[in-house]
Amino acid sequence: MALAMHMSDGLVSPQTALVFGVIAAIGLAIAASRARSDLDDRTAPMAGLVTAFVFAVQMINFPILPGASGHLLGGAIVAILVGPWVGSICIAIVLVVQALLFADGGLTALGTSIVNMAFLGVFTAYGVALVLRRFARRSRAGLLVTAFVAALLNVVVASLGFVLQYAVGGAGEVGLGTVFALMVGLHTLIGVGEGVITAATIGAVAATRPDLVYLLRGSRPPVEVRGRRTEGAPS
Amino acid sequence: MGAGHSHPLYLAGTSAVHRLPAEVKIVAAFLGVVCVVITPREAFAVFGGYLLVLAGVWVCARIPLGWIARRSLIEAPFVVLAVLLPFTGGAPSVEWLGVSLSEPGLLAAWNILVKGTLGVLTSLTLAATTPLRDLLLGLQRLRAPSLVVTIATLMLRYVDVIAGEARRMRLARIARGHDPRFLWQVGATARGVGALFVRSYERGERVHLAMLSRGWAGEMPRLSDAVTRRRDWLVGLSPVALAAALAVTGLVTA
Repeated sequence: MALAMHMSDGLVSPQTALVFGVIAAIGLAIAASRARSDLDDRTAPMAGLVTAFVFAVQMINFPILPGASGHLLGGAIVAILVGPWVGSICIAIVLVVQALLFADGGLTALGTSIVNMAFLGVFTAYGVALVLRRFARRSRAGLLVTAFVAALLNVVVASLGFVLQYAVGGAGEVGLGTVFALMVGLHTLIGVGEGVITAATIGAVAATRPDLVYLLRGSRPPVEVRGRRTEGAPS
Repeated sequence: MGAGHSHPLYLAGTSAVHRLPAEVKIVAAFLGVVCVVITPREAFAVFGGYLLVLAGVWVCARIPLGWIARRSLIEAPFVVLAVLLPFTGGAPSVEWLGVSLSEPGLLAAWNILVKGTLGVLTSLTLAATTPLRDLLLGLQRLRAPSLVVTIATLMLRYVDVIAGEARRMRLARIARGHDPRFLWQVGATARGVGALFVRSYERGERVHLAMLSRGWAGEMPRLSDAVTRRRDWLVGLSPVALAAALAVTGLVTA
């Protein structure tokens, strides 16, 4: 599903890559300091395991149509489950490791990829989730719809980040309109798939361990009796 | 579960390239790619020069050409955009096998293709010669924020465990007749992902307690006290010097 999300070297001009590299580094530093306050001394082990989860999730393929399958990007999942600061660090580390160990995405394009997916994507998802939080807390359906919309916009905005970088310093000769239409069209489709999976995943977590859902923090009554026991049975 | 000791792109060896400190290799790979990226696309011969430099590194590291070539296919999805360029670019156009191709489009496609390929080949060389542990040590020595290095260390130690768990859950689903074909049949997989998150998070809580009981004070201990000598930097950066010379040639001639 991550078609042009992992950018290769030479796709944007060196100056653009440099500027976004600096933005990514500053963003990471801010996120690291804010993540500490979200998780206190548990930061490193918890964030490490959540990052491993994102990595593993990206290996799980699911069918879209016969013959075509995709995998989750996970930006909205982490934004809703562990919050935007820890979430963006997790996604950024996944991107760094993929570039260094798996040759996925270019080294000089790392800054642009991190800005797109770790910051634009995760924070869009979290922003959407915050706007809809009242709705999400009220009912299970509300939570699922929130997760779906957050994941859809996460993917679309991350692809818009690519379009922006292309507009600033693209190396190709394709008109901006074509790139815009291609990227946004494609990623809207991808986003629908991402949204369906994200909603079902968040639903499953909220049914078993609602206390783990960052978005729902502080909103749950101490004891809650659920009618539908089967819904959250561990698979 | 032998977690976190190796990775799929690592090619075990004891060559001079393998023995170089990881931070030298990371810096060299990064600077090498920078040289490639700043080279003007019209400097065709210079890109051949970069390939020769890389080939020299492969010979030193005893990496077979076929091994690199097979793994470089990883790049294919990232250059999709490049395929479109010759058809959508502007005038002037050239005829080739009866198809009219845009000349600036072809140049742009070449630019993305060649720089992307050289980038992937460089990353592959780095990954093939650097085990995980060294890479993390290298990041630490390059003064990456300690929180980021620690998270990356834990992540790499546990990713095999979590991936193994995901694999067993998938096997269990298939063994029970799960055979999804369409997106709307994704429920079971998604609930599996949810369960995987809960299990990962709970494992994180247990790992944290285990670490605390073993004296965790918020910082990874340094696992090696080997020092990087100036000679290592000189040796490691020598291919970069060649690449820089090539980049300058490209910038001057084009």
